Amino acid sequence: MSTPFYVSPQQAMADRAEYARKGIARGRSLVVIQYADGIVFVGENPSRALHKFSEIYDRIGFAAAGKYNEYENLRIGGVRYADLRGYTYDRDDVTARGLANVYAQTLGTIFSSAGEKPYEVELVVAEVGATPDGDQIYRLPHDGSIVDEHGSVAVGGNAEQISSYLDQRHQEGMSLAEALKLAVQALSRDTNGTEREIPAERLEVAVLDRTRPQSRKFKRIVGRQLGRLLEIDGAATEAESSDEE
Amino acid sequence: MEANTRSTGRLPAAFLTPGSSSFMDFLSEHQPEMLPGKRQLPPTQGVIEAPHGTTIVAVTFPGGVVLAGDRRATMGNVIAQRDIEKVFPADEYSAVGIAGTAGLAVEMVKLFQLELEHFEKVEGAQLSLEGKANRLSTMIRSNLGMAMQGLAVVPLFAGFDVDRDRGRIFSYDVTGGRSEEHHYAATGSGSVFARGAMKKLFRNDLSEEEATTLVVQALYDAADDDSATGGPDVARRIYPIVTVITEDGFRRLTDEESSEIARSILARRLEQPDGPRAALL
Repeated sequence: MSTPFYVSPQQAMADRAEYARKGIARGRSLVVIQYADGIVFVGENPSRALHKFSEIYDRIGFAAAGKYNEYENLRIGGVRYADLRGYTYDRDDVTARGLANVYAQTLGTIFSSAGEKPYEVELVVAEVGATPDGDQIYRLPHDGSIVDEHGSVAVGGNAEQISSYLDQRHQEGMSLAEALKLAVQALSRDTNGTEREIPAERLEVAVLDRTRPQSRKFKRIVGRQLGRLLEIDGAATEAESSDEE
Repeated sequence: MEANTRSTGRLPAAFLTPGSSSFMDFLSEHQPEMLPGKRQLPPTQGVIEAPHGTTIVAVTFPGGVVLAGDRRATMGNVIAQRDIEKVFPADEYSAVGIAGTAGLAVEMVKLFQLELEHFEKVEGAQLSLEGKANRLSTMIRSNLGMAMQGLAVVPLFAGFDVDRDRGRIFSYDVTGGRSEEHHYAATGSGSVFARGAMKKLFRNDLSEEEATTLVVQALYDAADDDSATGGPDVARRIYPIVTVITEDGFRRLTDEESSEIARSILARRLEQPDGPRAALL
């Protein structure tokens, strides 16, 4: 048996972070944006069945970039956590903050335990409030840190560039159509600055819509409704954009 | 184990283990004591007194199904509650009404709703109506021990089958035996009288409005002959809960709508106490 080389903790962590980041960067980025009536999730996803966004609980949605099997596992863990908590206490006691903490602990433990390979995922947990002030968006990078975001957030390989694009253009109180268009523009810019077209069939879009009468606010936007929203002019009125079903 | 769901620690291994899409299966592995069916029962003498829900009725019409319940809960000969709710949405396309031990039934409904929602979230698709009905069977079966001690729960399950494009009704017995009912069904202490009323009033071509009126007529007749079933309480403005499930999903009639139906029926019953007559031949 050969003697193992000494690797400093700093170096070991940097290597693990590098590994996770590279894994995440292989996938496409996605964005989560606040708009007047809620929060919209937009990403490029050629698959109809393997979702990047999903419902966790009444007002809480989940978005993930990176390795599918790993974030799917975390997603189901989150659904189980939320459902058990709601069953034990009350539906109101399930919060995005609580869920984000659990994810952060989970990712953090995996990241720093030498026996496990770090997860190659970056998550967003969002909760829609009764008013825009009550909206919460948490970004959870692979190492278990939590970032409390406002307005807009991007995760995935090209996230930094997309984020800065969004930060410059995002405004409070945008309509759904405006927010969706901004998201698509941000996603269609490649690293080298060139633009490409993302057809509607390759887009996965979901919203947490606070105006829905049901207690479950998560809804996927597909087919004709998506087409309609993409066609609406940027200066469209609220009424047109908050088109139901 | 329990501490893990309360503190904000790492998700326990059980949460991240790939497995069933059923919340009940997850609970029975992770925290079995949370399941009503897994509870240890103390030895008891005689029948336990607890509030009982009474009459639930359902009727199909072209395009959907109506499920309704009276508002009375009784404990022996005492009215335990005058405005109890015994009809609940199970999910977007189905509803469940419960007769029997109210406390256990409400708990069962809560778990059943969660079971359907959990499946939907994990799988990204809804269970078939048949699948939902079977799931409810399993839950009633797990309550058999308590049912033997007099704490039975007997639900009526109704939903819109999106695959077959029609409303369907399933009734249950205390052992979880399930049977699909055609046209109309009733459960609970007033069910015999309600069924008689529906038998005479049912037609194949009812409109949604006629169907909602029919169930309130049936509940009135049940309350007329069964002391445990409550009729429309005009003085307190407590009216039956009427729900409609169609292609568009679940809808509960507002208090105004159900009071209007109940009041029009009451007005007619003042003239004709036994209600509408069916033709003799």
